[in-house]
Amino acid sequence: MKPTLLIPLVAFLLLVVILAGGFQLKDPHILPTVLINQPFPEFELASLHGEETLTKQDLIGEIALVNVWATWCPNCLVEHPELMRISQKENIPIYGINYNDDPVKARKWLRRYKDPFKKVIVDDKGRLGIDLGVYGAPETFLIDDEGVIQFKHIGIVDRELWTNTLMPLIDQLKRVKMKKADLSSKIDIQS
Amino acid sequence: MKKILCLALFLSLLPLTAYSAIDAYVFPNDEMRNRYNGLIDELRCPQCLNTNLAGSDAMVARDLRREVHRLVVEGKSDDEVREFMLARYGDFILYDPQLKKETLILWFGPLVLLLLALFIAYNVVRKKIKHEMSTEEEARLKKLTESL
Repeated sequence: MKPTLLIPLVAFLLLVVILAGGFQLKDPHILPTVLINQPFPEFELASLHGEETLTKQDLIGEIALVNVWATWCPNCLVEHPELMRISQKENIPIYGINYNDDPVKARKWLRRYKDPFKKVIVDDKGRLGIDLGVYGAPETFLIDDEGVIQFKHIGIVDRELWTNTLMPLIDQLKRVKMKKADLSSKIDIQS
Repeated sequence: MKKILCLALFLSLLPLTAYSAIDAYVFPNDEMRNRYNGLIDELRCPQCLNTNLAGSDAMVARDLRREVHRLVVEGKSDDEVREFMLARYGDFILYDPQLKKETLILWFGPLVLLLLALFIAYNVVRKKIKHEMSTEEEARLKKLTESL
């Protein structure tokens, strides 16, 4: 057989590979995020509850989830029970960013559906949202105890995401932290 | 007359850029206004798959227009505004992608395909010409014409 006869076959296979990459069943609306391993952006915004002003320092100290939500966002209501469960059962604090919303409506919403958040940041102008590369709601960030963004999820947080992604990531972060503490204590002893 | 009609028909089919956003922003000078308009024209709305910031009604597009306005009025250059957006939203936000490792295939893929197509076309044509002109056939043709 002449090798040139193979050209159409090779071209076809190449096309299959390229198109398989392009037409994977993934949502083209989901943008890859550039903020992984970046420090959480600085901010100074009001708290939804009470008079205090919240800054980045309020989020630092332990591994936490940061959830971008709004009352105009129907999917936020869908993920709400899972956030409630995480806040009650999983010992991971969740901070809320009330994104492009009316604080009065937001407070009412939380009273009605219960509040899974340790603290809620009022981002009524969407400024913090922009610094976080947010383009919709809900979006959820996982930050480590130093406030570095470890993971971002666009869309609903459900049990599957918790079990398959968030929980393993959190466990891994905890292990790394323990190793670090172990190492530094060893160094302390040696010195 | 027919020509004019054809031209009118052709012109009516040309796509026009639609601008749906009407923001009342104040600029200290026209240069800044032009730069703002240029930037929101070339930056892509992250929520929409194929609309620029200028043409989108999405909430995030509105917020980003406000940010572009703020940055331009603060005296940031066009490149600084692009960097600001790129650091937050990634390559997606630029309709005119930067030339870097990840975008090489985007920039040079079509050129490679074109060269490949030219190469194949050249070989096909050459083979055909060769085939038509092969000496054996010429000799046969000569023989045939002579025998007439």
